[in-house]
Amino acid sequence: MATQASRTAGRLMLSPAVLLLFLWMIVPLGMTIYFSFLRFNLLMPGTETFTGLENYYYFFTDPAFWPALTNTLVLVFAVLAITVIGGTGLAVLLDQPMWGQGIVRILVIAPFFVMPSVSALVWKNMLMNPVNGLFAAAAHALGLPAFDFFADAPMASIVAIVAWQWLPFATLILFTAIQSLDREQMEAAEMDGAGPIWRFVHLTVPHLMRAMTVVVLIQTIFLLSVFAEILVTTNGGPGTASTTLTFLVYMQSMLQFDVGLGSAGGIVAVILANIVAIFLMRMIGKNLEG
Amino acid sequence: MTVSFRALMGVPLLLAFAGTASAETTITVATVNNGDMIRMQRLMPDFYAKHPDIKVEWVTLEENVLRQRVTTDIASKGGQYDVLTIGNYEVPIWAKQNWLLPLENLGADYDQADLLPQVAQGLTVDGKLYAVPFYAESSMLMYRTDLLEKAGLKMPENPDWAFITEAAAKMTDKGAGVYGMCLRGKAGWGENMAFLTSMNNSMGGRWFDMEWKPQFDSAEWKKTLDTYLKLMTEYGPPGASSNGFNENLALFQTGKCGMWIDATVAASFISNPKESKVADKVGFAPAPVREGGKNHGNWLWSWNLAIPATSSKADAAKTFVAWATSPAYTALVAEKDGIANVPPGTRTSLYENPEYLKVAPFAKMTLTAIQSANTQHPSDQDVPYTGGQFVAIPEFQAIGTTVGQQFSAALAGRSSAAQALTAAQALTSREMTRAGYPK
Repeated sequence: MATQASRTAGRLMLSPAVLLLFLWMIVPLGMTIYFSFLRFNLLMPGTETFTGLENYYYFFTDPAFWPALTNTLVLVFAVLAITVIGGTGLAVLLDQPMWGQGIVRILVIAPFFVMPSVSALVWKNMLMNPVNGLFAAAAHALGLPAFDFFADAPMASIVAIVAWQWLPFATLILFTAIQSLDREQMEAAEMDGAGPIWRFVHLTVPHLMRAMTVVVLIQTIFLLSVFAEILVTTNGGPGTASTTLTFLVYMQSMLQFDVGLGSAGGIVAVILANIVAIFLMRMIGKNLEG
Repeated sequence: MTVSFRALMGVPLLLAFAGTASAETTITVATVNNGDMIRMQRLMPDFYAKHPDIKVEWVTLEENVLRQRVTTDIASKGGQYDVLTIGNYEVPIWAKQNWLLPLENLGADYDQADLLPQVAQGLTVDGKLYAVPFYAESSMLMYRTDLLEKAGLKMPENPDWAFITEAAAKMTDKGAGVYGMCLRGKAGWGENMAFLTSMNNSMGGRWFDMEWKPQFDSAEWKKTLDTYLKLMTEYGPPGASSNGFNENLALFQTGKCGMWIDATVAASFISNPKESKVADKVGFAPAPVREGGKNHGNWLWSWNLAIPATSSKADAAKTFVAWATSPAYTALVAEKDGIANVPPGTRTSLYENPEYLKVAPFAKMTLTAIQSANTQHPSDQDVPYTGGQFVAIPEFQAIGTTVGQQFSAALAGRSSAAQALTAAQALTSREMTRAGYPK
């Protein structure tokens, strides 16, 4: 049993670690906030001046800002929808007894272990390329003109690549959950005359709600910062058609070397990510309390 | 037993000696993933044979990524690299910031006077050379002689844009996968804007007037963009809005392009039978002019090696830089890969070498293009800036890239030419106001 003294000692022992973690978080954040108030271009050193909120003004009035915000939300929600719905479907399918089950399961999960930039390169050069890609060859074989994915449907193409990568993650979590489903309950429902669709809607889906919440929360965190897929395939283009907030911040700080504007964008992105997170938590957090 | 034991005891001692004897200096070289630089990495055994005490580590990156890494490193005084590969856009700006070491005394056999004056001029600040050219390029028109003949046309000495459009129309055979014209469409100040800026110069246009007011509302820019979009949407390959230099090179080498206006350095790659399916059917002509005009608008670009002021191994770096850009390196490439493949555009002597002129059909055109590039007065109108395919101000990277995005969007059919020009005008005005022009 812990005495008052031992508890104090415990806190004292912990404090260096806590302090270090706190600094780990607060120093970069503080520096970003500080930079966001400066006019600071890497190419013109020595000209840093305090400009107040000018960087924020230029970030919000940037013609790429609204498209970027929309694209970010489109990316997150589209991928979430595809992975959760597709993942549930795949989980149900994988749960059926079948021949070669082990290998099929490994194959389904494999895309998750491909590095984002590698999978983007494969999709870009080997599948979606309008001159040399597999899809173009298939279209030619059918006598159709090749579709230029990254020029004509940039966001949809990126959503497809990212969803392909994250589908296995959702499948894995949902499949694990489905395996803990009570078989006897299922059999009882079947005996009571419930068809497969009824059983799926009233037993499987409620059982999976908690796992879905986990999938949505974890994926949202990662999807808000999707970057490599965009950089490799469309570079945010054509125009700003596939620029997300993350990519916009990258462009401003790394391609235009505007540290001030980039930092302001970074702070805005952090705030927006928090808003989305709170919104999601409210919406589905109930399931976690359950 | 004791003898062998003693002998064993001696081993570490010997190893320690060996260690001091070969105390190596390791330098890190950042370079771009273009063909000539890849070849240089293959030829490193020669450098190691001459300088066993220097070890070179390579960081080879795509142009945009390289620029971003190198700029971040040098601006934040990171000191990660000992040799940088940078363009003639950066050299004068960086030299003025004291970010680069002046390059003097590069060795007795370096022959600095042999460097082409147009190229060396762009790398000189206050009479001192701050970078040495590895290769230099201008722009020109490369075309398929067989397709042009089949179209029943003959390449004029100075083709204009009307002729080019006609030829592109006649060469295009989409069913056979042959497209009349390949041009850069990938957004970026060094990608599509390099081409469009020089095309606009040839049309008599300019980026800014003498008060630094952007000129995208001018008739010249409208003509430039209209011609470009017509060429690319009607006679260009699909997916053109993501094509840069390397993508177009691959398309041309596989016989999918009728014409291609781009860097002269491509000439040796497309006429090399080992790399190009169409090597024996390529012709070269000057970059097009406007009807009745004389300005080819051709650009001048050089990839140069420079040593950052932060390098702690400047001597070893200088040894390497001198090796890579000396006449001896040219001779080495000639010996290993054939003289047609030597890095072009930097030395007068190369263009006086009859052997080179014999095997490089593009040599004369390259030299003419480089010599006719006028970076001091790029447009027929007065301009407050210098630079051929770029505007030599630090803000240009940001402006050029955002404007490039607009034009790339127009090429992809997501906006009209008029919309793209209006957006370009607004974006450029905004950035220039923010940067406090006119200065």
